[in-house]
Amino acid sequence: MEIDLSQFSQVFFEESLEGLDAMESELLNLDVTSPDDEAINTIFRAAHSIKGGSATFGFSQVANYTHLLETLLDEIRDGRRQMTSEHQEMLLLSVDLLRNMFDALMRKIDFDDPQLAQLEEQFNIEIDKGTQDSAPKEPDSSSDTSTEEESLGLHRWIIDFQAGVDILRCGNDPYLMFNELSQLGDLSVNLAEHSSPEFTDIDPEACYLNWQLELITDQPLERLHEVFEWVEDECSISYSSTPIMNENTELDNEVSTIAPSGQDLSQESASEAVQANVESNRVDETKASSQGSKPKAVSQAKTPETSSIRVSIDKIDLLINMVGELVITQAMLGQIGQQDEIDEESLIALKQGLEQLATHTRDLQESVMQIRMLPISFAFNRFPRLVRDIGQQLGKKVNLVLKGEDTELDKTVMEKIVDPMVHLVRNSLDHGLETPAERLAKGKSEVGTITLNAFHQGGSIIIEIIDDGAGLDTDRILRKAREKGLVGQEEELSTEAIHKLIFKPGFSTADAVSDLSGRGVGMDVVRRNINDLNGTIELKSIQDKGSRFTIRLPLTLAILDGQLVRVGKHIYVVPLVSIHESLQVEPNKINRLSDGHELIQLRNEYLPVIKVYQEFRHTSDAKEIKDGLVMVVDSNNEKIGLLVDELLSQQQVVIKSLEDNYNRVPGVSGATILGDGTVALIIDVTGLVSMAGITNIKEHAA
Amino acid sequence: MTEQIQNEPPQHDHGMKQDNDEDSQQYLTFIMANEEYGVEILSVQEIRGWESTTVIPNAPSHVKGVINLRGTIVPIIDLRQRFGIEVLDYGATTVVIVVKVAIANEHKVIGIVVDAVSDVFSVNNDDVRDAPNFGEGTDLSFIKGLTNASDKMVILLDINMLLGSEVLPEAEQLSNLINTLDAPQQQVVNA
Repeated sequence: MEIDLSQFSQVFFEESLEGLDAMESELLNLDVTSPDDEAINTIFRAAHSIKGGSATFGFSQVANYTHLLETLLDEIRDGRRQMTSEHQEMLLLSVDLLRNMFDALMRKIDFDDPQLAQLEEQFNIEIDKGTQDSAPKEPDSSSDTSTEEESLGLHRWIIDFQAGVDILRCGNDPYLMFNELSQLGDLSVNLAEHSSPEFTDIDPEACYLNWQLELITDQPLERLHEVFEWVEDECSISYSSTPIMNENTELDNEVSTIAPSGQDLSQESASEAVQANVESNRVDETKASSQGSKPKAVSQAKTPETSSIRVSIDKIDLLINMVGELVITQAMLGQIGQQDEIDEESLIALKQGLEQLATHTRDLQESVMQIRMLPISFAFNRFPRLVRDIGQQLGKKVNLVLKGEDTELDKTVMEKIVDPMVHLVRNSLDHGLETPAERLAKGKSEVGTITLNAFHQGGSIIIEIIDDGAGLDTDRILRKAREKGLVGQEEELSTEAIHKLIFKPGFSTADAVSDLSGRGVGMDVVRRNINDLNGTIELKSIQDKGSRFTIRLPLTLAILDGQLVRVGKHIYVVPLVSIHESLQVEPNKINRLSDGHELIQLRNEYLPVIKVYQEFRHTSDAKEIKDGLVMVVDSNNEKIGLLVDELLSQQQVVIKSLEDNYNRVPGVSGATILGDGTVALIIDVTGLVSMAGITNIKEHAA
Repeated sequence: MTEQIQNEPPQHDHGMKQDNDEDSQQYLTFIMANEEYGVEILSVQEIRGWESTTVIPNAPSHVKGVINLRGTIVPIIDLRQRFGIEVLDYGATTVVIVVKVAIANEHKVIGIVVDAVSDVFSVNNDDVRDAPNFGEGTDLSFIKGLTNASDKMVILLDINMLLGSEVLPEAEQLSNLINTLDAPQQQVVNA
């Protein structure tokens, strides 16, 4: 029963990164002068499980490093050492470093950062400083324990460990003890005879298992006793030893019963299941090495690049119920289908069945989408650190307020919105908030506030980034815009129009390119990224009061409310969010510019019109604006008309990628499958507008 | 050159590897403009009849569009047009061979339209001749080699190169090349 460990490493990485997140947030909230025990414990636990896991997987660099962290934290936890802000800083840096290490491991590249040695040194100095009165743990790493067999005085210890039923309830975890044992030598864990109650009588918090441990070590019995010190009262433990002579001693044949023990071993519940996996693997690995056989090479297929998602059992239950309903409906419809003749009665039943089917399908679709939904706190969580670091760097005092962290959002949208959000928050810190002195001079509180707020509105999610800083300096923006020729010298603009200028490419309000902003990523990129998600961004700013960026995003990228349109014999889908209205234009409202572009007059505006068939180079029934329908769509906050032949139905469509098997197509954002099984392309409005090259036509016309 | 028509069981777990350790490989052959072409059978996912496609705007003419293959969007490429051979109306024997290809480390599913499928041959690797060299500026890397089956020449295609590479010779030139592959010693076409 040899298991390829690499298949679990992805899970381990995710667990570890989550652990690092927890560590980071606890560290940030930590009051160094009187640290909360629970917080220290959380940080310690994260470091500890990362260490254990990485040793199991053979990531010795991570294991060795986390061992240092663990040693320091252990002393702080036991009150042998006082937590200092220096420790806090070192630990925060370690979180970053470990993230980079994991990143390197995931991409299978070597990790080489001078900071590692530097921090290691720092930790070692710290640890040595406090060791006059307490002996440090020896910095061994369990990854190389198997070589210890070569040293003299090896004994094979057989330890019968009869765990008490209450062992887990007392907060003792056999896993941790076994883990510690494994650091003393070569450990193999076998499940010994035990009796477990009927399944229905199982108390999940009780432990019904006994183990027989086999440890090959040169350590004295006292060391073994130390491991079980806390549980000796409630468990019965017996030791017996034989000196080692022959490597090929028969192993117990009960190894194969290890796997089921996994669940009971875990201390908390669902999330610990992974730990159980790690556990059973660890056992397996040690078993393999004690037999003298090499662990299997780590190259079974490719490491899956796909990311996974944790889903609450509730959501899964709901799905299962829904599928049950669907099956019932299907059975009902099937019964009707078997009838030879359809009378009026069964026709009614058929219609009802179909209605039910539609309801269930819709519900099912919604529930499936729910699986991808995660609370936005996953994205928000990185900001306390970011704000702290940048605030310190800039010498600004900031209070970060997070609101609506439970608001759920599709995972893919979340991943893509984080970068624009980081940019906006950075901007707020850098350009928005004033220094404490400036704030005091303006009669504001010394500490600035940045608020991140998320909430649902209709079928969208709104994310707001609000600061109470200086607001946008309209005069300076206008001056800059005139310098760059974006705005005519004499032209007067409304405040709103001036604010919009910052979204123009190549526009930066910073007088000098600072370390933080102006790295070539401007607000135009932020807006484009948000537009790519079918979202919009708006800005409201009042001088000396602050600014508010409002991002509006669709809840999911997988489904889209679409308007089906016909152009010639082709059917396209236009995202409903970008459509303002559709109209038939009277000939006298159509104006032609000298360069051939056509404009329509819509109330007080002149809108450029894109003829879809021209851009897509195929035929159509409506070649002229007067013959077809003009759909007024929104592209980068400007209205543009699209000429199509006919509007068809509106429906939700499931977005399929064209790029999976083909290429990116200009003007097309994806494809979908219609009810009749044919493929329809989804129009990328912004892309189509830039294809037509008429972005500036409005200014020409104005 | 000996004929190799055997009914060997299909070889497993070679996926889309181009170099095969085994001595022989099986090829699905198809007809286009009276020439017979072969693709490795392991890269063939399925064979379908022609069905109408959804046209992709501004795509090259050999890309006929996309179809819905059980929920996946699959592009369809007309191999005649890709090779610059005179276009025929699609008929009763016109088929779409759906192949799995590896392009830039990504696996893609693509359909190719051909006149008709022909046969499945097992071809011994020793019996594959290199494609004749037509001189500089002519990249024939999508032709894996030539072989004989039933006294007929079969042009073995490297489907990954063919659908992945954008460095195909100009279409007209290519059709000339393919016409002359039968008797390369008589005529040499220069760029």
